[in-house]
Amino acid sequence: MLTRDEPARDPAREPVLTIEGLTIVVGGEAGPRPVVSDLSFTLGRGETLCIAGESGSGKSMTALAIMGLLPKPGAGIAAGSIRLGETELTTLGEGGLRRVRGDRIAMIFQEPMTSLNPVLTIGRQLTEAIRAHQPVGLAEARRQAVAALEAVRISEAERRLGQYPHELSGGMRQRVMIAMALALKPDVLIADEPTTALDVTVQAQILQLLRDLQAELGTAIILITHDMGVVAEVADRVVILRHGRQVEEGAVGPIFAVPREGYTRELLAAVPRIGEGAGRVASRMAAATRPLVEVNDLTVGFDLKGGLLGRVQRRVHAVEGISFDLRAGETLSLVGESGCGKSTTAKALAGLVPYAGDIVLDGRNVGGLPRAQTKAVRRDIQMIFQDPFASLDPRMTVGELVAEPMAIHRTATAVERRERVAALFERVGLSPGEAGRYPHEFSGGQRQRICIARALALRPKLIVADESVSALDVSVQARVLELLRELQAEFGIAYLFISHDMAVVENISDRVAVMYLGQIVETGTRDQIFADPRHPYTRRLIEAVPVPDPARRRDAFPRQAGEIPSPVRPIGQPPERLTLGEVQPGHWVAGH
Amino acid sequence: MLGYLARRLVQAVLILLGVSVVTFALLYLLPADPVRQIAGRSATAQTVENIRRQLGLDQPFLVQYGRYLLGLVQGDLGRSYLQRSEVSDLIAARLPASLLLMAGAIVCELAIGLTMGLVAAVKRGSATDQTLMVGSFVTVSAPQFVVGLLLLYVFAVRLGWFPIGGYGTFRHLVLPSLTLGILGAGWYSRMMRSSMIDVLRQDYIRTARAKGLPRLTVLLRHALPNALLPVIAMIGIDIGLFMSGIVVVESVYGWPGIGQLAWQAIQRIDIPIIMGVTLVSACAIVLGNLLADIVSPFIDPRIRLR
Repeated sequence: MLTRDEPARDPAREPVLTIEGLTIVVGGEAGPRPVVSDLSFTLGRGETLCIAGESGSGKSMTALAIMGLLPKPGAGIAAGSIRLGETELTTLGEGGLRRVRGDRIAMIFQEPMTSLNPVLTIGRQLTEAIRAHQPVGLAEARRQAVAALEAVRISEAERRLGQYPHELSGGMRQRVMIAMALALKPDVLIADEPTTALDVTVQAQILQLLRDLQAELGTAIILITHDMGVVAEVADRVVILRHGRQVEEGAVGPIFAVPREGYTRELLAAVPRIGEGAGRVASRMAAATRPLVEVNDLTVGFDLKGGLLGRVQRRVHAVEGISFDLRAGETLSLVGESGCGKSTTAKALAGLVPYAGDIVLDGRNVGGLPRAQTKAVRRDIQMIFQDPFASLDPRMTVGELVAEPMAIHRTATAVERRERVAALFERVGLSPGEAGRYPHEFSGGQRQRICIARALALRPKLIVADESVSALDVSVQARVLELLRELQAEFGIAYLFISHDMAVVENISDRVAVMYLGQIVETGTRDQIFADPRHPYTRRLIEAVPVPDPARRRDAFPRQAGEIPSPVRPIGQPPERLTLGEVQPGHWVAGH
Repeated sequence: MLGYLARRLVQAVLILLGVSVVTFALLYLLPADPVRQIAGRSATAQTVENIRRQLGLDQPFLVQYGRYLLGLVQGDLGRSYLQRSEVSDLIAARLPASLLLMAGAIVCELAIGLTMGLVAAVKRGSATDQTLMVGSFVTVSAPQFVVGLLLLYVFAVRLGWFPIGGYGTFRHLVLPSLTLGILGAGWYSRMMRSSMIDVLRQDYIRTARAKGLPRLTVLLRHALPNALLPVIAMIGIDIGLFMSGIVVVESVYGWPGIGQLAWQAIQRIDIPIIMGVTLVSACAIVLGNLLADIVSPFIDPRIRLR
């Protein structure tokens, strides 16, 4: 374990990796275009350097350039040098680079779900990495592989060798990736967004693991991230990149405490922090009116078939009897980790999956209505999805996309539709003149604004936002959240906000419900949940969020005993229903 | 696995039943009269009627089909109208030759197609890639009788490397297999190319390269099995394509298989033989697909047969 009061290490001491004047160009229609310009930094032995920046800043390209893995043809190093110890990598050639890769510089990637080959066993993938660089037999390679898996705290390492990647969870796979990268004790480990795709509690464990292993092995780490919380948590030094240029570089403390550059200040200011939302006045409309939405005993399950006759044998208990209500103009957040049933709840509300239980909107039970009225109810509930790139049809203009709900529900004439689209574009901060363009011409943040405009088109009473800001850069995220708040104040829309990001949840919610394995374990006002979390799982979730302040680094994050249990159960063995007890007015906790 | 096989078997029976109904109905509705073919031009109306009654062709459709089905359930494919022998015997005598031809064709198309696709994918955008893809386009577009005659002319007539026709030795097998397989080779090379290009973009290929594995290992051990998956599913469907090709190829090379048998039967409206060959082909297609499905889990552990 690194002790945190020790002064930042002297970076000049034993540089393992030196980068000078690195310029990377990508070929385009208008000739080569630089994506990284004149980047220089050094990495000392045993040091952790974070390269931070928003999407398009060139941070991943830098990592790939060091590995000699820039996508070919297309990208290439135009100028500068990358030196590993005394070896110049830019002129090394493929054969020489191959010997460096995996042996002296190793890399782990963002997506643990797709970074391992699905058709080869874990053992095969580990041993081949070892045998590519060491003249050892299969038995010795297997022994080293087991040791590597044990080093990353994987239980039953021997058995894991025979398993395939799909049999492991995301967190486990990322551990396997780390084991693979560190098996040969490289000088440098490049971790490109290693925890971005993982749940917060798993993220905390992986970051802890990287710190521990670094202390044991003395590996220098380059950690590439967009998350300033992660930077604060692990970095010794930071390089801030923007549009391929180095904005600022220095020890982590001063960068966070007294950022010199305007961009760094903006970036840090945009980071949502737990604790900042506290004290924000809850929406006034909330208390007065009767509930707009009442959800009672909502249950969603999926059957798994098997056996000789294809009968239902097991059932996924995705959502297991949850109840909540929501008032006009109020924001309720559902939080939890992947697989907890929050997205399934959202889909049930939007009528996208069959469910049991009652969903009452404005006094009408949505489930029992005839077809025509169901359509009318649909109109009152709109959804905004996570991925603004995938949720807009690339073959329609954005104007058509926003107008489409009105056409489907026949709520307006063609002329009225055009006027409304123009008004909506203006309202979400886009120019009405852009309505004739196609989705690919917009950035991620703009696309999410288009999705919001589309959701608003039918003047819904409830908007279900399923991880709607998760895919956005922090600065864009902050502006989209602001827009959502303004729209709520203006139109009195209720939001059901689904998120895994506790800081964002604290920022936007009036009330919060924490879900675990398909059930709500704790619910209350934002302040009750964040200031006085009662359920151990809620506490765990909050503690796992990295704090964007290097002065407040946490101690070792307690490791979870085993994996989260599975919501898949044999038929006839439904999970035990939790009963919530009220610990304070409006604050309900399971097991009290 | 057992449950899966049982379900697939029931499916297969239903498919065969459907094929038999449709084929039988089509032949029934055919304006040509099989009885005239049997009796010959000079037969009297009385003789024609007698033969018709004898074969049961005067009965309504449902009765005719019912009788056929009853025989089929007992394993009886009926007798040929003209060849005076059991259809099952005729097919059994010719099936091995056709199966051999098919096996040869599969080997040809996989060997040629997969190699072309693999090379084209790795050298994407290069002159090699473009040449190969133009080549695959030509083989896909060329009619099989043209390809057959061309190969025959060049390799049998001009160069004399292979016999002009007939059946018996390995050398007899080469040209017919090539003719039958070259169409598929064109398809496979295109499928393999796009599948391979897709796989080479995947994260796990980047991981494999980041480990410092040699290029060939990355290609053959990490990329190839993943790229083969969609191709394997295709092989099952392909056996159906072969059935139409076999008719052409067998008559070009005088190959004594069921394609020739079918061709002769169609010309003479020998309904029992046409039915028999159709059902056997349908069986082959069903089996081919089943085989492809059974092989897939061995390559991709994520696929489970339920």
